[in-house]
This record gives sequence, structure tokens and C-alpha cells, in this order.
Amino acid sequence: MTAVHEPAAAELNPQEQDWVDQFMDETTLFLGPDPEIMRNHSICSRTELEEECIAEGIDPLEIDRIRKRLAGALDEGYEMCEAMGAAPGAKWGDLTTAIYTASGDVTYLSCHGVIAFSAILHHPIRYIMKYWRDEPTVGIHAGDGFIHNDARFGNVHNTDQSMIMPVIRDDKIIAWVAATIHEGENGACEPGGMPSGSETPFDDGLRMSPFKIVERGRLRRDLLTFLQHSVRDPKLQLADLKVKIGAVQRIMQRIDKIVDEVGVETFVAALRITVEDVEAEVRRRIRELPDGTVRFNQFMDSTLKENILIKLACSITVEGEKMTIDLRGTGPEILNRAINSPLCSVKSMMMQAILAFWWPDLPRCTSAMSPIEIISDEHTWADAGYDAPMGQSLQASFRGFSALQSSWAKLQFANPEKFSNVIAPWFNQINTFLWGGVTQHGDQVGNLCADLNGMPGGAKPFLDGEDAVSPLFCAMADTAEQEVMEEEVPFMQLVSKRLVRDNMGFGKHTGGMGYEMIVASEGTPLWGFMTVTSGAKFSSIYGMFGGYGCGTYPLARVKGVNVFDIVRKDPSRFDLSIEKVMNDRPFEGGTYLTDHMGLQFDVAKDGELYMIAQGAGGGYGDPLQRDPQAVVRDIELDRISPKVAREIFAVAYDPQTFVLDVEGTEALRAKARQERLRRGKPYAQFVEEFATPEPPKDLLYYGSWGDDTDELTATVFDIDGPKRVTAPLDQLPIVMIPDRRDLKVAALEARIRELEDKHGEVVHRKS
Amino acid sequence: MRIPMTEYLIIDLDTERWVCRICSQDLGDARGNYKEATLVYDRDPREIHQPIIDPERYEYTFSPDPGYCRILEYYCPGCATQIETEYLPPGHPPTVDMVWDIDALRAQWQARGTDPMTVVTYGPGEDVQRHTAHTHG
Ligand SMILES: [Zn+2]
Repeated sequence: MTAVHEPAAAELNPQEQDWVDQFMDETTLFLGPDPEIMRNHSICSRTELEEECIAEGIDPLEIDRIRKRLAGALDEGYEMCEAMGAAPGAKWGDLTTAIYTASGDVTYLSCHGVIAFSAILHHPIRYIMKYWRDEPTVGIHAGDGFIHNDARFGNVHNTDQSMIMPVIRDDKIIAWVAATIHEGENGACEPGGMPSGSETPFDDGLRMSPFKIVERGRLRRDLLTFLQHSVRDPKLQLADLKVKIGAVQRIMQRIDKIVDEVGVETFVAALRITVEDVEAEVRRRIRELPDGTVRFNQFMDSTLKENILIKLACSITVEGEKMTIDLRGTGPEILNRAINSPLCSVKSMMMQAILAFWWPDLPRCTSAMSPIEIISDEHTWADAGYDAPMGQSLQASFRGFSALQSSWAKLQFANPEKFSNVIAPWFNQINTFLWGGVTQHGDQVGNLCADLNGMPGGAKPFLDGEDAVSPLFCAMADTAEQEVMEEEVPFMQLVSKRLVRDNMGFGKHTGGMGYEMIVASEGTPLWGFMTVTSGAKFSSIYGMFGGYGCGTYPLARVKGVNVFDIVRKDPSRFDLSIEKVMNDRPFEGGTYLTDHMGLQFDVAKDGELYMIAQGAGGGYGDPLQRDPQAVVRDIELDRISPKVAREIFAVAYDPQTFVLDVEGTEALRAKARQERLRRGKPYAQFVEEFATPEPPKDLLYYGSWGDDTDELTATVFDIDGPKRVTAPLDQLPIVMIPDRRDLKVAALEARIRELEDKHGEVVHRKS
Repeated sequence: MRIPMTEYLIIDLDTERWVCRICSQDLGDARGNYKEATLVYDRDPREIHQPIIDPERYEYTFSPDPGYCRILEYYCPGCATQIETEYLPPGHPPTVDMVWDIDALRAQWQARGTDPMTVVTYGPGEDVQRHTAHTHG
């Protein structure tokens, strides 16, 4: 519940504490998320059964064979979900299957898919084991299946639904198998399951704590009905429940075969030893890193309703085999905005960085993060409390990913033993359209375009980043065939996957480029689009070692005009790009608008244009060191503009023939370096002039101001309006931001009064 | 012993100094913050991420808002190489992005018994230039 700051109670003696505990046990209102489970990301200690099994002796080769067969089984389950899944996310690979120890530690994941999805299910499994195993009205039996989605009980976010089933032999739970799919629609206040508009936790949609929906192999129709009734897409809800049950049951069949062959003892030992081996190996790998502290701050520019700046602070300290990640300094939760994330979701995205970008060769186990200590204060936006809305928790959790992925370049650069490349920051926003409404087939739906999977990659020390290659959370996700989608949904991508010139992180090696998307709907009684990302005023990713980050990304719209009608009459006018449409305004009568990328459900009339662009990967190294031939090649391909070639890369060339001017380039670069020496100020003098004691006056800023403070700065709103406060987190007032429409109305009313005064007009108003 | 710590920075364990990898410029105490030895420039982000749609008519243009975002550029005072960039709100104190334990670093490399300049293969030089994506097409 929301923290209310109370004076510390007097210490209780053991007898009194006992009474209090007993009273609390007997009067539990309901079993909410358990902090003991939710705050902990370490592996469990060995169970008695595991001790016995391991005591019988271990054959590493046999364990490896079991692991490989499990990987095969999990991949088979994964492919079933991908091939049969109804959710758009499932079709593009936004899912995983995994096997867990009896205590819930992830032992192995499918090779494809979203690592983070499964790297977090130890929380619900532990909850089920702690509360439902011995509960007479629930219990755990062979063939049972548990469903859950609420991130407060452990999930990436509430769009993802899991099917979790126990593996039982001789009445003992020896393992768990689960499939998790990004289902999308979940009955939230906006279609698609990740509402940027949620202002209370009850706007976030389904709040499934882990419960049993499959009893001894049979899907319970009463509960299924409840779920179908609670979401916009009852077909999807049913279809994917079946798909997940089918996939998990197939994996269980494979496991049964393995257990029959090797015996329970060897099987249980194999799961546990894998988890323990990974933990030991992670400690060894940390030991090989240089000791020291790397710090990485991120600033997010939006609540998805209004522009603010909120900090995600991160420092990573290595000391021998100990690694500590400290998130203190991170801004407070905002209690009526969707950007907050529970810590477990942030950790799941840290796990994504660890298992995909640090040590992609490791078996994907809970233990890959187990030896790492994470320090975080509850009630920050990256460690939100129970009462905070978290519809767009990806805003905080993806920055948890970026904190680890970006810092890794510095942590591992000097380590001769590398398991992955040094990589500049990966793009970290889901720049795509969410949509919802009634389709051409009369179905009610809500989901999203696969373009979120077109995130561009960061540059490497020896290679440019890949354009629109894969989302940070899934190395092999597909960006899908838009034409196939158009069979099912009533809108077209008029422009799809056209790279936006200059949209790259500049550097010696450039970050990957992102493309633009222009959509318009037609022929539906109700349709609307949403966008759910930040980074329209402050770049969301940065560069590495002298390279630059990405730019910022607007939402552009043309409202009040049907572009389909215009291009049907004159097909030659079908020549669209954001740049052309917004700068030339070719469609008479249209209203041309830009906004930040937090667009709540916006009703789209036939032929109105919605335009966005994918981001860019971070650049690596000084742009003045980029191979000039590569710059000329980029100009010739129209990847960069002549202005960028000259001003950022200082390259001279013949614009007719695209032949490099070697001497001219040398001269331009020598001049550019001279200019740097002229305008650069010695650090101490620079800091003296640049750094201010607090943020610019009118900026809504949240987080520590500078890194040498235990206090957070925040703008809060009280009876007198906005007020800046600086205090330790536990002494900050609750942060709630007023409705921007109220603020706009108030500003307009003030302006009207001003004009009335100016013109001497007397108006009598009643209030 | 010299250890490449980033693309442009070396730590010289004998002198315990940060050193520029391009021009060997001394960049201060290796136990401290290398940024203190650099030249810094407060860059208007619109000069780097240039507007794609007309800034006269639109609030959101593909360029960061200079009232929200600045880019600090850190230059080597010897060769003017841009060693690092940092995206910050205006006035936010620069981040101390790396501090290393020099004694531990020395012990670690002594235990390895190899030459860091040979075994750490990333960095400026002809070899890596050859791999630039758009030059071998
Ligand atoms: Zn230098």
C-alpha cells in the first residue's frame, strides 16, 4: 500500500511481536504480493530432494545431454506457440518457454524468444509453492496449470500471460514448465494491454495473481469465461490459453521421456547443478572484470502525458567476485502516471541485458543475476509500490536494460576474455503503433504493430550498428509482413520501413538506422491508434566513447482530411514521407500536428495520417575518425545529408560524382579539431559555468540533481500550484501531476481575462 | 604496463596516469576522473540531431529540445579527439562515469601475465578500419 509516513513505533518485545504476528496471520485480508518473494532475485538453497539426488553422484556429460534435450523440447514448445499463437506478439516471437526447478529457479529457456519473460517467473512459482501448495482449496496436482499476468506478482508487464505447470513424480513436484506470451489485450483502459493513459493500478487491466485455471488437465470454463468477459478480444484469450497449454504439455511429454530414461534423481540433479554451475561461472566472470565503479544516468522526458525529466540513476561497482548495482538517485514514482515499474520488471530487463548482451553463451538461468546485489529504494519509478499504475512500465524497465547494456562497454572493454562484443547503446523505445477498435470482420480487437521489433542496433568498435535489426528484448523477433496484418485489421501502412535520412547515432562507427511508418485506417465504425514512447525532447539513448546517441522522435498527424480519397483521384500524389508531408503540407484542409509520442487512444477517421519513426542505435567513437569513404557511401545512398557529412563528419567530396576529396577532407578535419580546442573549456572551469544548484526553474524534474547527494528533487503540486522540493525519498510528498487539460483550460481562461482587461470588456460569469 | 580501458583511454600502471591512446597526452591521475583533464563543450543538441521537419512550425522536429537536453563533448587537449559525449539536462553536474581500483587492476594483470596492449584487441587502428560496414561492399 502507499507509504504513509508514520513515526517509528516503539520496539516490541518477543512476546508482543509473537502476538502481533499471530494476529496478522489469523486476519489476513488477502494474499497480495509477498515482499519476501518479490524483493529477492537469488536462487533458492538446495532442497532435501536436490541434496539426495546430487549425493548420488553427477556425470557432467549426462547433465549436458539432459540439458540439450531440454533445450530441444523447449524449442519445440516455442515453435508451437509461434506457429499457432493468435497474439500478434506470438507470431513474431515475443514469447518464451522455460523449465524451472521445483523451487522455481529458471534452469533453461528456449533458444529463441524473450529472455526476460521467463527470467522472472520464479516469483509466481514461489508464490504458488508458498501459498497454494498446502492450501486445501487449491493444492498442486499433476495436470494442473496456473495462469498469471500481474507484474506485481512478478512479470515483465501485464500484457504477458503465463501458463505454469508442475512436473510431478511420485507425488513430488520435481520441476515446473511454463510458456509466456506477450498477448497484448488485457482489458486495460486502452486497447492493447499497455496503456500509456493509466492513472491508477485499476486502469492497467487484468490483475491476475497466480491462480489455477487448469485442473488435472482440464481448462476451467467458469474462470475462462471470466477472463474472456474481462478483455476486448475473447477469441485471443481462449486461443492462446489453448496454445500455451498445448505447448507446455508437449514439453512435459518430452520431459517424461527423459525422466523415464535417466530417473528422477539424475533429472533433478541436472536441473539444480545447471543453476549452481551458472552461478559459479558468473562469479568467475565478474572476478575477471576490472575492479571499480561505472556510472550511467538516464533522463526520460515524458510521463506519456506531459513532458518532464525523470532520472534513472545507476552505478555498477565490481570488487573481486562481487558486483553491486545501485539505483539510488532514481526519481520518485508518479502516482497517477503509467511509467512506473515494479523492481522485478526492471530486474527482468537487466536479466535481458545480462543474458543477451553480457554472457549470451550461458544457460539462461535465474542464477545469472543471483550473485549480483541490487540496491534500490521502493517508491521510485523503477521500484514502484503496490498502488502505482504501471501500464507503461517498459519506460522504466527498458532503462534498466540500457543501464546494464550501456555500462557493459566500459566494464568489459579491458577484459581480454569477452563473451560478446563491446556495443554502443541499443535503441530502447517501442516506436510502433498500438491500435484497437472494430475490424473489417466485425471483431473487437486491441494490439500492436510488429514495428516495435525494428529497433536499430548500437555500433561496435569495428562495425556499424545494424539498421532496424531487432528489439532489445528479443534477438530473433520478426518485424512481420504488414500485408498479412492488413487482412485482419482495417488500416494500411502507406509507408513502411523507409529509412529516415540522418536517423543514426553518428560516430566512427555509426549506430543502426530506423525507418518511418505512416498509417491510415478505413472502413470501420471505430478505430484508433496509440503510441507509448518517450524521447521526443531528450534523446532516449546515448553514444559510446565519443559517438552520439539517437535523435528525438515526434508523433506527426494529419487530421481532418481523407488521404485515401485524394490519392485515389490522383495516384501521383501518393508520394509520402514525414518530411514531405509535414514540410510541404500537400493535403489541403488538413490539420498538421506534432506531439510527443505518448498518444492515448486517438480516434482515427478514414484516411487521417499517423506518422512515426523508429529510433537509432548509438554511435561508437569520434565521428571525425570515421572512414571518409564510408561517409561518402552514406551520402550516395542518401543515408545522410550533405550537411551532416560536412558538419558532423567533416568530409569533402564531389557532389556530382561522389568521389572523395582526400585533401579537402583532411583540411576540414584539421579545422574541426582546431575548433574543438578553441571552444572546449578546461573541465573545472566548464563545471563552474555549466553546473547549477538545481534544475532550470520551469522544468518538471524528478531525481537526484547530480550524483553526490542522497536527496531527490521533485516538483509537486499543492494548493498553490507547482512547488519544487528537495528531500530524501522517504520524506518527499506523494507526486501526482495535474491533468494537462485542466492546466490548458486554466491557461486559456487566464488569457481570456487578460484580453478582456486589455479591451475593457466586462463579462459576468457564474462559478 | 599500459591497459586500454576504452577506445581512446589508456591507464599507464607504471605512472598511474590516464593517457590518450591517440596522442599520448597525459590525462591525469588514473585513480581519479579522466574528465578533469579534458576540454569540454556544451553543445546545442539541434546542431547534431538536426531537425527533419520545420522547427518554425512544429514543436517536435526530430531535434532534442535544448531546454531539456544538452550534449557535453569531451575533447583530448592534445589531439582534440572526442573521447566521450554525455547527454544531460541543462545544468546537471557531469557524471563521473568511471573510477578504477588501480591496485586491483595491477594485481589482476600481473596474475594474467599477458600484455594488455596485445590481448585487448579493440581500439583505433588500421585493422578495425577495414571492417567498416560500408567499405567492403
Ligand atoms: Zn589525444
